Amino acid sequence: MSAILQLQHLKKYYATQKAVDDISFEIGAGNIFGLLGPNGAGKTTLLRMITGIIYPDEGDIIFDGKPFNPMDDTIKIGYMPEERGLYKKMKIGEQALYLAQLKGLSRSEALSKIRFWFKKLEMESWWNKKVEDLSKGMSQKLQFVTTVLHEPKLIILDEPFSGLDPVNANLIKDEIYRLAQQGSTVVFSTHRMEQVEEICNHIVLVNLGKKILDGKVQDIKQQFKQHRFNIAFDSTPEQLTHPSFEVLQQKNNEYTLNIHAGFKSNDVLQFFITQHVNVVAFNEILPSLNDIFIRLVESTHSAARSFQTVE
Amino acid sequence: MNKTFLIARREFLSRVQKKTFLLTTILLPLLIFGFYALIIYFSVKTGDNIQIAIIDHAHIMNDISVKQKGDIQFHVLKDVSVIDLDKQIQQKKITGYILIPEQYNIMGFDTLSLKSDKSIGLLTRDKIQKNFSDLLEEKRLMALNLSKKQIDSIQNANTLQFTSLEGKKDSDAKAGVSYGVGYFSGFLIYIILFIYGTMVMRGVMEEKMNRIAEVIVSSVKPFKLMMGKITGIGAVGLVQFIIWIVLVLGLTMLLPLIFPQLAQQTSNLPMQPGAMQAAASMKNNGGIHEVMAGLSTINFPLIIGTFIFYFLGGYLLYASLFAAVGSAVNEDPQDAQSLLLPITMPIIFAMVIMTKAVNDPNSSIAVFGSMFPLTSPIVMMARIAHGIPEGVPLWQLLVSMALLVGGFLATTWLAAKIYRVGILMYGKKPTWKEMWKWAFIKN
Repeated sequence: MSAILQLQHLKKYYATQKAVDDISFEIGAGNIFGLLGPNGAGKTTLLRMITGIIYPDEGDIIFDGKPFNPMDDTIKIGYMPEERGLYKKMKIGEQALYLAQLKGLSRSEALSKIRFWFKKLEMESWWNKKVEDLSKGMSQKLQFVTTVLHEPKLIILDEPFSGLDPVNANLIKDEIYRLAQQGSTVVFSTHRMEQVEEICNHIVLVNLGKKILDGKVQDIKQQFKQHRFNIAFDSTPEQLTHPSFEVLQQKNNEYTLNIHAGFKSNDVLQFFITQHVNVVAFNEILPSLNDIFIRLVESTHSAARSFQTVE
Repeated sequence: MNKTFLIARREFLSRVQKKTFLLTTILLPLLIFGFYALIIYFSVKTGDNIQIAIIDHAHIMNDISVKQKGDIQFHVLKDVSVIDLDKQIQQKKITGYILIPEQYNIMGFDTLSLKSDKSIGLLTRDKIQKNFSDLLEEKRLMALNLSKKQIDSIQNANTLQFTSLEGKKDSDAKAGVSYGVGYFSGFLIYIILFIYGTMVMRGVMEEKMNRIAEVIVSSVKPFKLMMGKITGIGAVGLVQFIIWIVLVLGLTMLLPLIFPQLAQQTSNLPMQPGAMQAAASMKNNGGIHEVMAGLSTINFPLIIGTFIFYFLGGYLLYASLFAAVGSAVNEDPQDAQSLLLPITMPIIFAMVIMTKAVNDPNSSIAVFGSMFPLTSPIVMMARIAHGIPEGVPLWQLLVSMALLVGGFLATTWLAAKIYRVGILMYGKKPTWKEMWKWAFIKN
């Protein structure tokens, strides 16, 4: 899989903090990519650099094989910022048309695409309404449509589901899957871990302006596993002590075990099989991304950024 | 399609299509017109009403029975009792009466008294005083046995004729008209800078607070967004002013038709203090013809041409600064007030210089003000109304224009830098030092 976006040693320093401090990673084409991090970690700054809103102080961005050129490449990028914004007094149809034309679509092209999307998401009756008449969730939907309307190769969504009810969230989620299947790359920025786990196949975690984790979701879970297993029996086992493990938790006949280094899961199974109990379930507990996130962020001793002086 | 044009078109259409635009554009001139029509109506009405009776026991006004002086009509009566006149005052038939006693010495220093109802306005008092004194003066001169010609020569006020170096006649009326035109156009630019400058600022603040700015700058460079906004609103201003000027001129021309008896006095409406001065000088020199002559000496194509140039230049110069301030402030509109101060100061300063420059277009402060780009749009209009080269030498005009173009390029460059950073900054109001830093951040 070729990379659609490569970031090489990006740096952006503001007066009081190093917002992005030497971050490099790449995003493969067709991926759904999660950019994670606590508040103030530098996610928005990073996304603004990728969308060409601001320029990095140092480092390079390679987009689609060539150095990123904001002037020509904006048509290939759709960006939905965290703080949603639309002209309140403007009619919805005109607004979508205006934003699409600003992206570089011709009027007729833009009109046909808006009609397609409005029909698809059941928004046709909105055309002559104003944004101030819409609920928060409705304007969210509109914002999503204006972001993906021009069929960008790279779609960047900053907290796309905030404010959406489950039905509409699913609607948008399905569209995101469909867009990824059609070859678009989706970059997600969020701190809602359950969504990331569900949707993304690759993540990068940043904190304090630095990258602290980068990889496929499955690989990361393997990497952070703590050798914990769930085991369940049909009756209570007579013996529960063995050098290969220790019991962390017990609930009826279910146990959570931690297997010690140097032993394998089979060692544990063997120990129980020789007793007069039947093992009815045995599975490994992989850490949730939420756990990994909290563990990593807390280990850097800073959930919130403090101000520092940048020379 | 060009993106700046797209933005400008949206800014233009979204404002012009608003109902408030139609209301202010069409109703405002109608209101102004109605206001002046009312003033004129009332001033005319009171002017007709002043009737002063003179009971001439001293027989010094034997040769007159009724004398019209300005707005005031003097009736010289002989056989009327004071009680009768008191009654007439109560019935509002006359405004008051003057009793000249038998032993009154015309060449003396006696004061006469005017008896009237309690309510005579200050201006009317003045008028009566002046006109009655004129009447007495005439009688005094006649008492000295001067001939009619001698009296005329004494009363002649036109003893000085002002001429420029080139030998052109520089009449009071022309100076008055130049004053009026200069003041009016300078004032107009002053208003334009404020109205449309704040409109640009509010537009930018709205975009920033709605957070739409971030969506747009991901498709368009911030500079284009700013320039699109400035051009769009500038076009709104141009359209609005053209409609206003056409309406006001059209209605002013209608005025004499509505008040035909006033045609003489009102064809030069006191729209502005400057025009009032022109009207005053018209009175002194006796006639509308003089003013018309004054108007014809004014080079209107030149004035209109420079007006449009300084309107555009001044607007572009200040609009980008207003945009920069709009981009720097956050939710609290109060913040805008303090940041605006350094921008409004030079505009107000320019206005002050302008009031000096209309009177004395070649004073050093006027020359400085008309060169300095931050004040030149307003001050130069005051000088140019006096014509080239009487008001301003050609080379000064050209230098001022060049400086203005340079000035607006510089402010736009500076403002674009601040705007680019400010539009994406949320949180507390930036200090001047921070904004200055933004202007010089690389990239």
